[in-house]
Amino acid sequence: MSSQFDITETLDVKGASCPMPVVKTKSAIDDLAEGEVLEVVATDSGSMSDIEGWADSTGGVELLDQVEDDDVFKHYVRKTE
Amino acid sequence: MSTDTPEASADNAPSRAELAARVEELEEELADVSAEVGDDNKKMSIISTKGTLDMAYPPLILASTAAAFGYEVTVFHTFWGLDILHEERSKDLKLSSVGNPNMPVPNVVGAIPGMDRMTTKMMEKKIEDNETASIEELIETSLDMGVEFQACQMTIELMGYDEEKFYDGVTTGVGAATAIQDMAEADIQLLV
Repeated sequence: MSSQFDITETLDVKGASCPMPVVKTKSAIDDLAEGEVLEVVATDSGSMSDIEGWADSTGGVELLDQVEDDDVFKHYVRKTE
Repeated sequence: MSTDTPEASADNAPSRAELAARVEELEEELADVSAEVGDDNKKMSIISTKGTLDMAYPPLILASTAAAFGYEVTVFHTFWGLDILHEERSKDLKLSSVGNPNMPVPNVVGAIPGMDRMTTKMMEKKIEDNETASIEELIETSLDMGVEFQACQMTIELMGYDEEKFYDGVTTGVGAATAIQDMAEADIQLLV
């Protein structure tokens, strides 16, 4: 994947299932500074829809990209405020 | 926009001063309303009444997820829902093998002594294999995220709970009025 952004932190939630990928993503984003990017690596296929929905309804975050790669789902979220 | 005064109906049209007064009045009213609904914090209120293993999950999953969405969440636990807040009992919640037609065993078999323990073990194994979060993990996570767990005072006394046995951070000394107030202010209200 050619990313136009630098990843600040990676959160590994492989194996974890709903609701943990979203809940842990939120906690990890809280620890970042504005402009920084979190990479979330999950194996829960529900995380594609869940993290998209979460990012959509939550202020201060922007979903940059979501990639499915061999049963691993990667999400890139920027903290915007 | 043009500031020209239209020539017609000059007699009964409100004067500029009257309009200005009216605008001021409306602005004040709007400020009051904004102050009232002003805190743009979204709120969710859940009433949790069941203490079986399967019924303990939905309120906790929704509470922690809503907290991740930025909701202020309160979960009011009453009757068997109190078991979810009880540190020891929450780790030993049971599944009922009767009363649910979707269970793999017929009700008449489910009623045999020991069957609840067996179906609970099966469920616990599935939870473990699937790496689904445990009840304890969901409670700790929710508390970390600011979810407020409330334990109904009336049912604590009715059912003889020892408040000391609840998880740290659980609010006691609350009743139905507190729950109603939370529900009235909430954007989402759920009874589980």
